[in-house]
Amino acid sequence: MTPGDISKRRFLVGAGGVGALLLSGCDRLSETEWFPKVLRTGNTLNRGLHRLLGSRSMAQEFTEAHLSPFFRSNGTSMPEGEEYLALAKGGFANWQLEVGGLVGRPVKLALAELRAMPRRTQITRHDCVEGWSAIGKWTGVPLSSILALVQPQQKARYAVFYCADAMSGGLTPEYYYESIDMDDAMHPQTMLAFGLNGKDLPIENGAPLRLRVERQLGYKHAKYVTRIELVESFAHIGGGKGGYWEDYGYQWYAGI
Amino acid sequence: MAAASITPARASGYLYYRHTLPVRIMHWTNFVALTVLFMSGLHIFNAHAALYWGHSSYSGRPPIFEITAREGVGSGPIGITRVFGREFETTGVLGVSKYPDGQVNQHAFPSWATIPGGYSLPLARDWHFFFAWIFVLNGVAYVLYSLFSRHLMRDLTPSSRELRGIGTSIVEHVKFKHPSGDAAKRFNVLQKLAYLSVIFVLLPLVILAGWAMSPWLNSIVPGWVDILGGRQSARTIHFIVAWLLFLFLAVHVFEVIISGFWNHIRSMVTGRYRINTGI
Repeated sequence: MTPGDISKRRFLVGAGGVGALLLSGCDRLSETEWFPKVLRTGNTLNRGLHRLLGSRSMAQEFTEAHLSPFFRSNGTSMPEGEEYLALAKGGFANWQLEVGGLVGRPVKLALAELRAMPRRTQITRHDCVEGWSAIGKWTGVPLSSILALVQPQQKARYAVFYCADAMSGGLTPEYYYESIDMDDAMHPQTMLAFGLNGKDLPIENGAPLRLRVERQLGYKHAKYVTRIELVESFAHIGGGKGGYWEDYGYQWYAGI
Repeated sequence: MAAASITPARASGYLYYRHTLPVRIMHWTNFVALTVLFMSGLHIFNAHAALYWGHSSYSGRPPIFEITAREGVGSGPIGITRVFGREFETTGVLGVSKYPDGQVNQHAFPSWATIPGGYSLPLARDWHFFFAWIFVLNGVAYVLYSLFSRHLMRDLTPSSRELRGIGTSIVEHVKFKHPSGDAAKRFNVLQKLAYLSVIFVLLPLVILAGWAMSPWLNSIVPGWVDILGGRQSARTIHFIVAWLLFLFLAVHVFEVIISGFWNHIRSMVTGRYRINTGI
């Protein structure tokens, strides 16, 4: 071994050490207050670029041949509590969707009333933030039809969806919620679905009503929706980040 | 430089300006970005450690690749890696590994291979997307620079004469024989082809497959993702190409080590590469 080899080896060992330091440095950076905010700008750029490229673009629709044999349920598969159980036993006949907030005419709609509205069916791919996809046939009412009914005020910027499933058993239960902006709310494929694959929406997939917001990841598609509120800002709701998972650090914009 | 005192005397030789400043900056930027992308990508993979072919994950067909764990009989959990249905025990590295504090980690890739080390999918995604922007912007700058500075034509494109000599070049590589003198000023033909395929095949493919996983980007031209075989195929391609890039890095570093390590490090830092003209 020549002296050159020794210095080379030293360098490589040193480089390995520096690499290990940099990695623990990455973890330390992750734990600071400021660095994750810098990292988040990447996703802000994603959102800006995506909106620029396709504000009105349509998600790919598939054929029956592509349907997943079963549609995976993630997160809640059976909401806790007597109230939900009682509603489910009654076929959700006594269930109501409440739509309010910054609207001209708040309404309460029974499931039968929603079913009587002009409906839409679409076969789309559901992409989970974890990485998996499943394809399902959704039937429901376009959210834009419901919004037309309640007449949103000019200053309404977001639609917030409140759900019947409590996510954690703390002293005060934390219910799932989500929010989307008005562009997504008015998108023709954004709907409140009450049917999956030609049948009533199963409980594990969000019965009686769930959101479909096809150009975003699965956690945006709130299940067990009971109330929609139009707001100017969601800073005062929940943890202030616009959704249950968002409050735990997930990206509000989930188009990627 | 310290190296000069411990390296045998090299009487005849001179320093040749090999890498321009923009190339050096973009090289190291690319290295940092790709390292973070690779490691945060492994972290993101850990959220669902299985790969599929087609549009969806639930099509009735099992995954083509999977890293998982199961309880051992009278032992701790066992790491399992399944490739086309064939099982391999990979305890210690894949499926079951240990955190630095000795705790058992049942995520697919070990914490030392991921950014961040501790499990946080949203944070890994933030790392990934931020460095993806740096990587893509750096890559675009590099391609434009290479076109306009003629770096691409002058240094990277093999001539037909070089292509005909590819057999000789392969033999030289197998024998670990490296060019000296004026020949060392140029990249050799295998090197050129390796760089070109990374720059114009693997890197664009890994970007395209990454975009194909975005539901919003899918919608820009509905159905475009079908050219990669569907979203889950795109995810599989993204994973495979990432590992091909890792393989390239391994070979690249190996070649650097055996063909004049300090010389290469210096030339990619200061731009100057020593040409030996004989003893």
